[in-house]
Amino acid sequence: MKNAQTTTTQKSLLVQGFEVVIGFETHAQLSTQSKIFSRAPTAFGAEPNTQACPVDLALPGSLPVMNVGAVERAIRLGLALGSHIAERSVFARKNYFYPDLPKGYQISQFEIPVVQGGEVSFFLGDEKKTVRLVRAHLEEDAGKSLHEDSTLGGGGMSGIDLNRAGTPLLEIVTEPDMRSSAEAVAYAKELHKIVTWIGICDGNMQEGSFRCDANVSVRRPGEPLGTRREIKNLNSFKFMQQAIDFEVRWQIEQLEDGKAIEQATVLFNPDTGETRAMRTKEDAADYRYFPDPDLPPLVIGRDWVEQVRGEMPELPRVMAERFQTQYALSEYDATALTSSVAFAGYFETATKACGQPKLVSNWLAGEVSRRLNQDEASIEACPVSHTQLALLVSRIADGTLSNNAAKQVFDVLWTDGGDIDAIIEAKGLKQMNDSGALTKIVADVIAANPKNVDEFKAGNAKALNALVGQIMKTSGGKANPAQVNALLKNALA
Amino acid sequence: MQDLHLLTVAQTADLLQAKKVSSLELAEHYLARVNKHEGLGAFLACKPETTALAAKAADAKIAAASSSNLAPRLTGVPIAHKDIFVTKDFVTTAGSKMLQGYRSPFDATVVTKLADAGMVTLGKLNCDEFAMGSANENSFYGKVQNPWDTSRVPGGSSGGSAAAVAAGLAPAATGTDTGGSIRQPASFCGITGIKPTYGRASRYGMVAYASSLDQAGPMARTAEDCALLLSAMCGADLDRDSTSLDLPPEDFSRGLNDSISSLRKLQGLRVGIPKEFFADGLASDVRTAIDTALAELEKLGAKLVPISLPRTELAIPVYYIIAPAEAASNLSRFDGVKFGHRAADYKDLSDMYKKTRTEGFGEEVRRRIMIGNYVLSHGYYDAYYLQAQRIRRMIADDFQQAFKNCDVIAGPVAPSVAWKLGDKDRKPLDDYLADIYTLPASLAGLPGMSIPVGFGEGNMPVGMQLIGNYLQEGRLLNAAHQYQLATDWHTKLSPLMTGGAA
Repeated sequence: MKNAQTTTTQKSLLVQGFEVVIGFETHAQLSTQSKIFSRAPTAFGAEPNTQACPVDLALPGSLPVMNVGAVERAIRLGLALGSHIAERSVFARKNYFYPDLPKGYQISQFEIPVVQGGEVSFFLGDEKKTVRLVRAHLEEDAGKSLHEDSTLGGGGMSGIDLNRAGTPLLEIVTEPDMRSSAEAVAYAKELHKIVTWIGICDGNMQEGSFRCDANVSVRRPGEPLGTRREIKNLNSFKFMQQAIDFEVRWQIEQLEDGKAIEQATVLFNPDTGETRAMRTKEDAADYRYFPDPDLPPLVIGRDWVEQVRGEMPELPRVMAERFQTQYALSEYDATALTSSVAFAGYFETATKACGQPKLVSNWLAGEVSRRLNQDEASIEACPVSHTQLALLVSRIADGTLSNNAAKQVFDVLWTDGGDIDAIIEAKGLKQMNDSGALTKIVADVIAANPKNVDEFKAGNAKALNALVGQIMKTSGGKANPAQVNALLKNALA
Repeated sequence: MQDLHLLTVAQTADLLQAKKVSSLELAEHYLARVNKHEGLGAFLACKPETTALAAKAADAKIAAASSSNLAPRLTGVPIAHKDIFVTKDFVTTAGSKMLQGYRSPFDATVVTKLADAGMVTLGKLNCDEFAMGSANENSFYGKVQNPWDTSRVPGGSSGGSAAAVAAGLAPAATGTDTGGSIRQPASFCGITGIKPTYGRASRYGMVAYASSLDQAGPMARTAEDCALLLSAMCGADLDRDSTSLDLPPEDFSRGLNDSISSLRKLQGLRVGIPKEFFADGLASDVRTAIDTALAELEKLGAKLVPISLPRTELAIPVYYIIAPAEAASNLSRFDGVKFGHRAADYKDLSDMYKKTRTEGFGEEVRRRIMIGNYVLSHGYYDAYYLQAQRIRRMIADDFQQAFKNCDVIAGPVAPSVAWKLGDKDRKPLDDYLADIYTLPASLAGLPGMSIPVGFGEGNMPVGMQLIGNYLQEGRLLNAAHQYQLATDWHTKLSPLMTGGAA
């Protein structure tokens, strides 16, 4: 929070004369096979209380043992975000009573977290934004309380499912650097992309693998930070934006009515689109943090960090820059192509096969994305393989297919699959590249349309389009438009 | 053989290996004595069939052994476990109503290791609730009597363990020591006990009291027995206990007779005598016994070196901040939700917690939970907990200073002999103050032991404490063993040991 004032010099979007200030706390569930302090599996969706061992159940005599995989993932995040990775960090106990917290305390990191500082950069429209991180710390998740609407709960009873208890989390905390809900969502999307890109989190928001809490406050420009309210557990980008927008309007209304904002934790109700206070600062618990005597300090040597660095994939920002130089793509295209590891991988493999980066990029941004969006599928599930797309693009590049014809082939590939050349043959989509036949059609069309020819020669460029249209029609749509243009201009020159 | 219970662990093991006695005979003999002395209050749980099965298995192992393929030395020797160690075969209560009838799905590592060494479990032993106490008067399952004088306390918190060994109800027992809970009851009951360096024995399966202090150790009649037992109990357990030391197993029996002189067995040993351990507050009867023992060490060739542990008195407030802080957190899991006691009637969740914990925990446990939560709470943490941690480090540093001039440190275990049961004049604070000589080594994580060195007021045993530097258990046991070879205090038998045939 120390430098919050200095960042407000950026041009701010004011809402009814108020500046919006947002900070994020994100819980990313780490993709380890077993839990952070036990060997129980982390599988989602299993029968209640089947994925919990004595440590997760907090049975007397059980003790936590650090899962090295969770630490390795924290190092990965630190490296991806340019953070300091603490050589020595400390696990602490956060003490509070709740039925789904088996030990009566959560093992977390308090005074000395494993990942310190760093930043996340992204584009909001054309503007590059950078959000500074305070820290990211390792901690264990709690279990779940199942109330009336569940199989375990009901009849005035609540059920407790401890399958999730002990699942490893990284809590990633930002400075209050964001100034709009759109910026907040863009940050969350970028962070989501990074954690999935470096393989530390599956990013499944429905299953709670990536949960965001937004700290929202408003102030008149130049004033000190306002009192914040924390919106908990935003588990979709859509709700995130709605919740923040509602919260901002609500806070501004309060202030304009002369009321003070009280620090509070609020929940967003997607059905009503409103936020509602859960608890205020007065009933905030004293967590009585102290270093966990069951766990020695976490020591991460330089050689471990270097080993992890060596295993890191190329990061999206670096890859996008490489795409711009290596494939002569625009920053926009390069950024779009690096939206996920799989997408970027698809692009590079197809490009290497056909040598047509721009065409592949256009097809991915166009037809491929359109069809994927229609089917709500990701690139991994694309029925047209990168090999097929590369061949299709090659057929455009070598003049066999017009763009329109290629789209027809693509549709067949998408729905039925098959061999590209066979589809071209069967559908008669091959372009007419025989200049002899085309020259004759061009001459015939010129002869049959003297009026258009005169108009063109008089300076009406549109008249040429009419001639091209006639030639295309005569050729049954198979003429190569570029060739037609060249022949026409030549004949009329 | 009616006097089987007079044998040490080493003697018992020799008879077993020589097939002169069977493990089953031993188990039956001891279990009969447990029944006979039920009034002592030492045992909480026995399962004769389970014990008999283990004994028969041990006998089969010995029968199958050959001179080239011996059964492990401790095979068939009976032992009983402090009820702080969780066990699959026996209910584990930790002396608390909170865990009445609790069955653990796993065994503590120490229990597993001793079973793997061939030992046969007789049952579970009474202790102060969650190991909090110095007299074993805090158990929900009743007080334990001292076998030397049944109107007196056996010490605590491993009071059941000490009483069982001193009364001949088991040749050996496990104990746990957080602030003196092995050494002080060993002293009060005239037996030998050792707490190893913090991290030597796995804490996995010990119901946690204060995690940074808890250590398991053996309690038996001799240093030789303790060496045998400690060798079997210790060892790295890195997959289950993150505070376990990464050290290979060690045979502590091997160095028992090491000496540079064949006549003066402790020739050259520098024994540090901390002046703070002999200041006001040490009862004269205890002092006399300790002085005599120190003179005996000198006769064996040891050199007494005056040293200072200047923060000895501070160990009391430091311990009674850190241990309750950790305990308050460790005991939060006993909330009535998953296992253990739950109140019968409650209005809501908060009421359920309050009633469950008020009913399930005894007075001393509740007191320490309150102290612990107080010292950790916002605004007090720095002044209490952090300050206590700083002084704890200084106490450890003081020992390192002292060990520059000595090899082991010797002094009393407790300021007095065992006091009377149910003494209404004693306040909790009196018990806290009586821990003064055992707390410093606990806070520093050093190994410490108690050996019988005489008798004081009321003919009650007096124990001498030996403290070693980190991982110097071998040196402690060597000094204790040589002392025991030269003296016979450890062979003195309590009236319950000798009184009548079992």
